[in-house]
Amino acid sequence: MTASTQAVGFLSAPGRNFLGTFKLGDLALRTLAGLVLLFLFVPILVIIVFSFNSPAGKFNYTWQGFTLENWAHPFKYPALTSALKLSLNVAAVSTAIALVLGSLVAIALVRQRFRGSKAIDTFLVLPLTSPEVVMGASLLTLFLSMGWATGYVTILIAHAAFEISFIAMTVRARIRGFDWTLEDASMDLGASPVRTFFKVTLPLIVPGIIAAAMLSFALSLDDFIITYFVSGSTVTYPLYVNAATKAAVPPQINVLATAILLISLVLLAFGTLYRRKRVET
Amino acid sequence: MVLPALAYLGVFYVVPFVSLLRTSLSTMGGSVYLPTLTFAWHFGNYTQALTQYRDQILRSFGYAFAATVLCALLAFPLAYVIAFKAGRFKNLLLGLVILPFFVTFLIRTIAWKTILADGGWVVNALGTVGLLPSEGRLLSTSWAVIGGLTYNWIIFMILPLYVSLEKIDARLLEASRDLYASNRRMFGKVILPLALPGVLAGSLLVFIPSVGDFINADYLGSTKTTMIGNVIQKQFLVVKDYPVAAAMSFVLMALILVGVLLYTRALGTEDLV
Repeated sequence: MTASTQAVGFLSAPGRNFLGTFKLGDLALRTLAGLVLLFLFVPILVIIVFSFNSPAGKFNYTWQGFTLENWAHPFKYPALTSALKLSLNVAAVSTAIALVLGSLVAIALVRQRFRGSKAIDTFLVLPLTSPEVVMGASLLTLFLSMGWATGYVTILIAHAAFEISFIAMTVRARIRGFDWTLEDASMDLGASPVRTFFKVTLPLIVPGIIAAAMLSFALSLDDFIITYFVSGSTVTYPLYVNAATKAAVPPQINVLATAILLISLVLLAFGTLYRRKRVET
Repeated sequence: MVLPALAYLGVFYVVPFVSLLRTSLSTMGGSVYLPTLTFAWHFGNYTQALTQYRDQILRSFGYAFAATVLCALLAFPLAYVIAFKAGRFKNLLLGLVILPFFVTFLIRTIAWKTILADGGWVVNALGTVGLLPSEGRLLSTSWAVIGGLTYNWIIFMILPLYVSLEKIDARLLEASRDLYASNRRMFGKVILPLALPGVLAGSLLVFIPSVGDFINADYLGSTKTTMIGNVIQKQFLVVKDYPVAAAMSFVLMALILVGVLLYTRALGTEDLV
């Protein structure tokens, strides 16, 4: 079957059609699903199209005319570029901190049930289910009462705080149900604990940890609300964008957003191919 | 192994809440430039927060509820088709669903501002069909804010819903078919009850960020659509009336905490991530 007939097949053929004979409802359902997917992409298309706009005033809100100028000079605004660099830095450092702390908790929770592990479970969920505005506000009151100046370090602290929970829950979900007796088997066969860790335990948990790290990185890069409270005069990428909506929105914002989207798409495609290859071998 | 993380969250999650609680019960003195906080069991901050900002509190819960319901209604057909009807395109579709969320949330919201703008093609089209009166607007209305909230957090509904639909054993559906269940009956008696944990997890994950949000109200709304988040943000960072803002935050947190604890008691934490 060629790719195109498959694509058509997806749209029309019933496949494993549980709704059986009810074909009209089936078509309506697929159409509805397609419309919802379209809804998700409408703003994305607008962002991409407007990266080629040459705005008349300060705000890139209305279509004026096509230009490649913005793509030729993506780093025209040094403040935007340095804000993006800072955000990448914060995302990397805070994810590294949270990865160590969060993975350890996840592994402990999956491998042994101990007294209070259920309470720890609930406690770990709380930061994920606290409104960001409350987390930001509470951290700010702490920093104020301690007399700490807000800036790079306080942003790192805040980001790591919500990432730990996120990583712990994600890693836990991924490694639940593994056969940990493989470790015993490895030791029985004479492998040292260190060798067992690197040859058995690590390969089991690494895919889950990588997935959690990528999501945590993305969360940090995208975080606005908590950062807004604890940033002082430090400007991250989302903070720059927010300030821009009050003063001037250059099309370079769209160019960089589109570029980030393309990079994510490439990473996503590579990840899928890599996984498929692993399954085959 | 659990100690380092618990210690970290103790210092940077629990202690800040204690600090927030203290602030919410303090009185403020000193000058505007150098305010001093004195802890005084001052519950007046709470009555002030609840009376002065009653509209914003009610509005936030209303908007968040509307956005949650809309998310569930929109997410269901998409999650259902991906889980049962996508065949080998399942992973591709899941990837497509996640992709838009790689663009910063603020930039996506700015794009909605362009789409819903006065004189934009959406407003014009709706006007032509007669769904919107002439001079009618979409931007700066409650609908724009609710729509923005729905768009920004629908992913948190689609994913848990997909997971719970995906887990449904196909044999159960065949069994209900063998026992002569109609489509509607199978949906109501088999699929919906089994999808319920996903709907509940998704509702929690959509409602919480929606109720505390201030970006959608700020970018897509007007002064008539301000939410709790707008008030907390403004009081903390602009007006610097810390005690009342802290009291507002605490009210919001307490209401949500009750919901979360009820949820985790009933269903555990597994479906939330």
